[in-house]
Amino acid sequence: MKPMPFDYARATDVPDALAALADAEAGVRVMAGGQSLVPMLNLRLATFPRVVDISKVAELRERGETADAVTLGACVTHGEIEDGEAPEPAAGLMRHVASGIAYRAVRNRGTIGGSASLADASADWVTTLLALGARFVIRGPDGEREVAAPDMFLAPYFTAMTDQELLVRIVVPKTSRDATWGYYKVTRRSGEYGLTIGAVILDPARDRASVVLGAASRTPLACTATAAALRGAPRWTDALEAALRVAVAEDLARGDRPFEPHEAIMVETTILRAATQALGVS
Amino acid sequence: MKVSFTLNGEAITADVEPRTSLADLVRGEHRCTSVHLGCEHGVCGACTVLIDGKIARSCITLAVALDGTAVTTLEGFEGDALMDRLREAFRAHHGLQCGYCTPGMLITAHDLIRRKGALSEAALRQGLAGNICRCTGYAGIVAAVAAAMDEHGDTARAAAIAAE
Repeated sequence: MKPMPFDYARATDVPDALAALADAEAGVRVMAGGQSLVPMLNLRLATFPRVVDISKVAELRERGETADAVTLGACVTHGEIEDGEAPEPAAGLMRHVASGIAYRAVRNRGTIGGSASLADASADWVTTLLALGARFVIRGPDGEREVAAPDMFLAPYFTAMTDQELLVRIVVPKTSRDATWGYYKVTRRSGEYGLTIGAVILDPARDRASVVLGAASRTPLACTATAAALRGAPRWTDALEAALRVAVAEDLARGDRPFEPHEAIMVETTILRAATQALGVS
Repeated sequence: MKVSFTLNGEAITADVEPRTSLADLVRGEHRCTSVHLGCEHGVCGACTVLIDGKIARSCITLAVALDGTAVTTLEGFEGDALMDRLREAFRAHHGLQCGYCTPGMLITAHDLIRRKGALSEAALRQGLAGNICRCTGYAGIVAAVAAAMDEHGDTARAAAIAAE
């Protein structure tokens, strides 16, 4: 399995990358870690006449933090997040999620920005960044703009970005220190893409609860009814569980497709297990 | 395209097509025959190598992207004490049958022990999950890695795993 021939260029900085992308007819594809792109090229699921490698662009490798947010350059790797080589905004959630993406050999090269830009509906970051309320800083021929997570992921492999734009960094708001989270992923084999993903973040100090169901539909589903039922809940009770089951059903009804009965059970279980984890129920 | 990097400590310059994978370059042109190609799309782990000290899949890494890096294949671990222990443990615990997955298993196990020290059996299996053995000889592989881990550090826990 070898890719079709293509041209390769290594961008030295963001303007260099944008210049390569400027010609809409050229069919140029951006490569960060290449951990999804190269398999697709090898399998000839995708062919591109030209690949622009952004993995060495210093600006895209930067990371930083302010009092209320963490900023991650698009080419920060999953492995760096796993190892704590990037600031953690959410009480360990991002480190946990990073450590469960594929395998270490893939995490060492795969990047958070590449994952967000590819927008595979089953990818961990797509779900997690929506739950965290992240913002995506995108640069293109008309300058820089910021897109909020709910407006970023429009359909499988389809984001708010045009082919002439580049994701440069991701801004993740910090939770309060005593926020808790749950993250439950169903896979048939460790390291695979999730069949379903439940992400729950509870931040009582900010009166905020966030619940996202990932991988089960065309885009991650913000479970607002479930989040409302969890907001302020001090602990797991039978009454809470009953209320959550009703709320989950309400959220699923707003999904972009009906769930088969067995899927509905798997999805409900995924969300409830993430919720119990966030509430500290073992 | 020209690309220069060090391969097992030796500086090399190659003229490759952009589509050439690191695996094809080092195996085909530089006789690093420990780099095995199983799936060629990043799933099986047989082609695992080190790039700047970090494990990576050489079948889904473009050679042209590696200018200025240091690449290490299993051939580059000669004289490495931990790798010698792993090799001996794989022999003693029947950690290989056909041997196809072995170089990737060894490099992954080496990385795991180096980064994490002693691990529970569950964590050890999780750490090796990205390397597929189509002989399904996982029990021997896990026992071998646990034994090498034992000599490396946490004796009691590793011994318990190796005994299972």
